[in-house]
Amino acid sequence: MATEELNPNHYPAQRAAKVVQHYLNTRYGSPYKVFGLKKVYSGKVEDVTDIGVKYKLDLLVQEMIENTTVRCSAEVVFARGENSSQVQVSCEELLKINTTAQEEALYQQYKIQRNFLSAENLPDNYGHIEPDMKPLWHLGAVASSFVMLNESTENTLYNMARVANVTQLATENEQLKFDYHVLLHDMVSQEIIHWKLLVTWSPPEGVKVLEMKKLPHCHNCETLSDAS
Amino acid sequence: MKVLLLFGFVAVALGDVTRFEGEQVFRLKPVLDEHVTLIKDLAQSIEVDFWKPDSAELVTIDIDVDIHVPAMYLDMVYTTLQQSDMEHEVLIEDLQKAVDGQSDSGPSPRAHSYTKYNSWDKVQAWINSISSSNPSLISKQVIGSTYEGRPMTVLKLGKKSSSAKPAIFMDCGIHAREWISPAFCQWFVKEALSTYGSDSQMTSLLNQMDVFVLPVFNIDGYDYTHKSNRMWRKTRSRRSGSSCIGADPNRNWNAGWCTLGASSNPCSDTFCGYSPESEIEVKNVADFIRRNKSIIKAYITVHSYSQLLLFPYSYTFELAADHSELLKVAEGASAALRSLYGTKYTSGPGAATIYPAAGGSDDWAYDLGVKYSYTFELRDTGRYGFLLPESQIKPTCEETMLAVKYIAAYVQKNLY
Repeated sequence: MATEELNPNHYPAQRAAKVVQHYLNTRYGSPYKVFGLKKVYSGKVEDVTDIGVKYKLDLLVQEMIENTTVRCSAEVVFARGENSSQVQVSCEELLKINTTAQEEALYQQYKIQRNFLSAENLPDNYGHIEPDMKPLWHLGAVASSFVMLNESTENTLYNMARVANVTQLATENEQLKFDYHVLLHDMVSQEIIHWKLLVTWSPPEGVKVLEMKKLPHCHNCETLSDAS
Repeated sequence: MKVLLLFGFVAVALGDVTRFEGEQVFRLKPVLDEHVTLIKDLAQSIEVDFWKPDSAELVTIDIDVDIHVPAMYLDMVYTTLQQSDMEHEVLIEDLQKAVDGQSDSGPSPRAHSYTKYNSWDKVQAWINSISSSNPSLISKQVIGSTYEGRPMTVLKLGKKSSSAKPAIFMDCGIHAREWISPAFCQWFVKEALSTYGSDSQMTSLLNQMDVFVLPVFNIDGYDYTHKSNRMWRKTRSRRSGSSCIGADPNRNWNAGWCTLGASSNPCSDTFCGYSPESEIEVKNVADFIRRNKSIIKAYITVHSYSQLLLFPYSYTFELAADHSELLKVAEGASAALRSLYGTKYTSGPGAATIYPAAGGSDDWAYDLGVKYSYTFELRDTGRYGFLLPESQIKPTCEETMLAVKYIAAYVQKNLY
């Protein structure tokens, strides 16, 4: 099948690149490391018989806390007839971003404290997040990336809109554990989708999502802190 | 405290609000008897308002003496202080600014701010006061009511003229949760009024053209996002037959209505409505633009987020007849925007750039004959999304002003 050159700024390449962002967050993300899509330099798309649609991309991602940019080349395959994608990516110097010290410090701090953390609405209605809540917001974005990666197709563009609620649970097997309720925004349908996530994290193991559950669409939600 | 007391008295006396433009407050540090004499002499010869101590009699050496000097005596006071060797400093450079500043910070929650997201009540109050702040440059016009009965007010900016001038129409807040959008319209109005006369481009624009600004299009939705659900998008209209509320006001225009990129499901966030212009808010604006069709030369609608500058078409992948020109102008505007803080925008026709979507206001305006029709999607690209921090209001508005002024300047030079 013929390979078509894409306009890197238009939506087909942008949606595929966003999937790469989600993938990188699931693999490398942490409370101190969250990737965003910065720019797509070039893109090609190819319809592969029996497999699906394959995108080849040259892109720039940005670690959003320190603003470090990393150049990557990636292949994203949207499988035919499924809501799934496969991603292969190689980035130059991804490991140059060193967040070990902060992660270790946070991990210890969360592990020993008596009262389990909890927070809601990160950010609040005005875009504000308390500085000591930011790691929980970042962790929520990384955890959401697992869902967004799973749910992405050529017809979606996901971002995490907000952490509605996060509650720390008892540490298990040296993994910090959290219960998250996140709101995802899909740009294409413009819908806000609620997901509950059971998340673990430790510096050596990284972020893992043990359970994920989509909550039913709430048409007339009226609680002050809730959204759609 | 003293100031509030002072103008409280004066206000009661004059039945009016006193203003202190250009007036200053000095802190004097007398250490010699001559300094004390100097201060007392000054108090005798001109109006000096003692903040500390309460009066001239209480002035002694080795205390701080704070005095408020009316504008007309400033020169004299400066000269006197310069000539003496008494240590002194200016505590407040402009008393009116300091007074105004008190209402923005501090515990008073009711004040409007250009760098905060204002509730509908605050915006409404602001519309009323700003529209009467300068009758030669701004007026207001109610163009109808929302579904829930709130007045939709359009501000008309431009040097008053006896004959109809060509105009630009700009709306903000079609989608309720896109708070940075109404913030931008308020900013635009402020900039227009405050830089008219000093900024040559703004002056020329407002002299030759009028700018109609609708600060909040979807007022019911906007209010709902403040009081109930921050993520609401649509209007708040109700129809029997469905428990779901509202339609997407940017899928409700008569432009390829409901053919693609929109939903016929009332519960969907892109519900196109029961018919074109079924939403009263859309009808009110469409009627206004139709009535003024002969003078409206550009249409700008402000949304968030994605950092895009879009133009027709969104209801089809076919290119608009004026595609090349629209693209060129959009690219110029994006470059102007980027010049300030490096914020990158992508320009392009809606369908290919973001997604195909029928029933949009920009396509409708274009097909009506308004050639320069643009949709802005402001900051950011997903990190904060709809919840853009208030700290980003100012930079977002400043950079977007450059893009809007670029488009306006182009339109001004290319009237048709």
